[in-house]
Amino acid sequence: MRSSRHARSAGAFIAIALTLTACTASPESGSTGEGTLTIYAGRNESLIGPLIEQFTDDTGIEVDVRYATSPELNALLLEEGERTPADVFFSQDAGALGSIASAGLTSTLPGELADLIPAGFTSDDGSWIGVTGRARVIAYDGDDLTSETVPDTVDALTAPEWSGRVAFAPGNASFQSFITALRVLEGEAAAAEWVNAIAANDPILTDNNLATLDLVNSGQADIGLINHYYWFERAAELGEENMRAQLEFLPGDPGGIVNVSGAAILKGAAGDADALAFVEYLVSEAAQRYFVEETFEYPLVPGIDAPEGLPALESLVNPELDLSDLESLEQTQRLLADAGLL
Amino acid sequence: MSHTRAVRPPRALLAAAVVACAVAAIPLAYLLVRVGAAGIEEVIAVFGRPRVPVLIANTVLLAASVTLTTVAIGVPSAFLLARARLRGRAVWTMLAALPLAVPSYLAAYGWLAALPWMQGFWAAWFVLTLVAVPYVTLPVAAALRAGTTGLDDVARTLGRGPLAAFRLGTWPQIRPAVLAGALLVCLYTLSDFGGVALFRYQVLTTAIQQAYGASFNRDYAAILATLLVLLAVAVVVGEQVARGRAARQFGAVTGPARQRRVRLRRWTVPALALLLVPPALAVAVPVTVLVVRLFEAQTLRAVDAVELGSAVANTVLLSASGAVVAILLALPIGILAARYRGRVVRAVETTGYLALGLPGIVVGLSLVFFSLAVVPVFYQTAFVLAFAYGVLFMPKAIGGIRSATAQVPTSLEDVSRTLGNGRTRTWWFVTARLARPGIAAAALLVTVTAMKELPATLLLRPTGTDTLATELWSRTDVSAYGAAAPYAVVLLMVAAIPAFLLSRARTGEFDEAVP
Repeated sequence: MRSSRHARSAGAFIAIALTLTACTASPESGSTGEGTLTIYAGRNESLIGPLIEQFTDDTGIEVDVRYATSPELNALLLEEGERTPADVFFSQDAGALGSIASAGLTSTLPGELADLIPAGFTSDDGSWIGVTGRARVIAYDGDDLTSETVPDTVDALTAPEWSGRVAFAPGNASFQSFITALRVLEGEAAAAEWVNAIAANDPILTDNNLATLDLVNSGQADIGLINHYYWFERAAELGEENMRAQLEFLPGDPGGIVNVSGAAILKGAAGDADALAFVEYLVSEAAQRYFVEETFEYPLVPGIDAPEGLPALESLVNPELDLSDLESLEQTQRLLADAGLL
Repeated sequence: MSHTRAVRPPRALLAAAVVACAVAAIPLAYLLVRVGAAGIEEVIAVFGRPRVPVLIANTVLLAASVTLTTVAIGVPSAFLLARARLRGRAVWTMLAALPLAVPSYLAAYGWLAALPWMQGFWAAWFVLTLVAVPYVTLPVAAALRAGTTGLDDVARTLGRGPLAAFRLGTWPQIRPAVLAGALLVCLYTLSDFGGVALFRYQVLTTAIQQAYGASFNRDYAAILATLLVLLAVAVVVGEQVARGRAARQFGAVTGPARQRRVRLRRWTVPALALLLVPPALAVAVPVTVLVVRLFEAQTLRAVDAVELGSAVANTVLLSASGAVVAILLALPIGILAARYRGRVVRAVETTGYLALGLPGIVVGLSLVFFSLAVVPVFYQTAFVLAFAYGVLFMPKAIGGIRSATAQVPTSLEDVSRTLGNGRTRTWWFVTARLARPGIAAAALLVTVTAMKELPATLLLRPTGTDTLATELWSRTDVSAYGAAAPYAVVLLMVAAIPAFLLSRARTGEFDEAVP
């Protein structure tokens, strides 16, 4: 019968096509069997790919990496639950780690490993470990402003003179952890006052840090609240001398806190030596130096110098702040939502 | 002649359609589970947020204005392509299809790089209109080619002006195609994230992305996504009501397909401008910007030919498999909608369309949920990803299959049945054969869309498998635009192939088959 032949050929086409797809997958993948470490990486392949290759060269441990954004991987991990094929989650920010930790999907890291990173930059219960730091900074339009005329505190940005000139991404996790820091350092009332004042000061709302930086770089905004290392990524692309945006660090100000990227071992991989070896590798001296040199991030292991030209990590305030505290994050979001920013 | 049947649909067809419908409803079931987990208090709290009404208003405004503009540009363009005396018609038709190859995020990125002050509603409206016009132009041009100008002539003879004659004679023939195109544009605009986000225009999809991105709050995301589904239902039902009226008018059209072509004369320049400007703005501007960036960039790395080659192969194989799945799912729904009426048919068709109104990340997560629960063996394999493309884009095939089937007179099927052929045999030998160009066009449309898909691909792809879209994403994500440019250009070139074939797809074969 002809109809069933058509149906069969359609089925055969799909089967062949998809088998071919499996074959064309890059050689290091497609073998998610035992003995291969599976990492969900919310960080960019071009940034950490070389580091992971180095890990495999050094240890002989084969790695499958699944790249996507941290929020997507967080949603994926929550959906997969305990059936996840992932052994390690390497996240761009602490919130995503806190989210899977509070869903009970992480395993507890050994004490001697967790203690390597100073409090405030890592979890307080060993569910995940901080790996690198990114400072919140002001990016300003270097054609219109100078380091002297740029405020050195976010408090000044609510003044009428900055009306319509300040850009930020209210939906971004690192912006929100700055608001949380504001609440912790200056109190709920002061934080609410700042949020309402900035919302009333005609801010330029963006979708993410990179878009904020691009607005400043093209002269569409005078000031952008971003993470410092986006500037270095952009400068690597365009050349430092071509950067119209300049950075102002904010030592001592809640607007200048440090957000962290971090890693967790998932529950199913608890006790897995390869997974542990990878997390240990991320906080080894070699890897920490790699982050300093290649991604211009702050190393979190004490004793390793920050990238050149950046203020010391200790000069930036990080209140005893649990960056992965989701209840606190929820309060921050309510504050932003009430002000109409979210 | 009658194109629909008054009788009840055969059980096998209805069963197949219901199965396809159940597949299409996977994302909806997932949303119900998530919203249920959120609880009623959280749902109420969402509506208390001052921003939510703004998001809904922005979403509706954008969807409505993009839809109206694409119709305003697409219908006259289609008229020129099908009914004007035009030199190089094939080239113009290909140009009209070309914007389909451009992902909205790429067009938005290109324009923003060229004009950094572009932002907000107008920018989003402009770019989405550019890339969505072919959804109207192509089906309307096909309907015009298949139709007749005989009725216009009758109206002219009776003293009507050319426009009035067009409204009376041709418009009823193309109205279903206009509505089907407008429906796709509207759902596409509702669900688009990439094009809108770059221009900082806040809509429901950008808020959904934020809910995942910062709140890690998938319940809030699900509530917002449910709002999108409700908007999509309103749009689909609205189109069905409008089409219902159109179908009755269409019933009066009879006679042989006779076509008269219009001389453009002094209208030649504006006409050619109308055909040239949208594709030029949609394609040439982003490509130019990317190439300039390629030469400016300091991070220029040699393109790894093996990596690029395997990304091309994966993109082609996955999107083609996705198209096959989409067609298999859309066939029973499209045939049912073309041949039968009634509440069940309407419900099946509506459900089939809804996934298109949802952002890719929501559909992707629903299939993570579904495949882990039902076929864990296939989780993170190419099979689930192709299946996801099928679910996401089957709505793009339903309309095409429906109109292709509707054009085949039921009398031909009756003849075949009288000669002793069974229903299935009749369908394969009579209906499918005549509707084939329309079905092929639907498959091409799904293929070109699947090639550009990013969010669901990131979630569901086999670990380590890259497509052109994921390669492009991983480079633009760190602003390595120089390194991204070759991938963007190759993606445009590969996606231009099905777009090109689509512009050549004709429903006209039917005219020759039935003199």
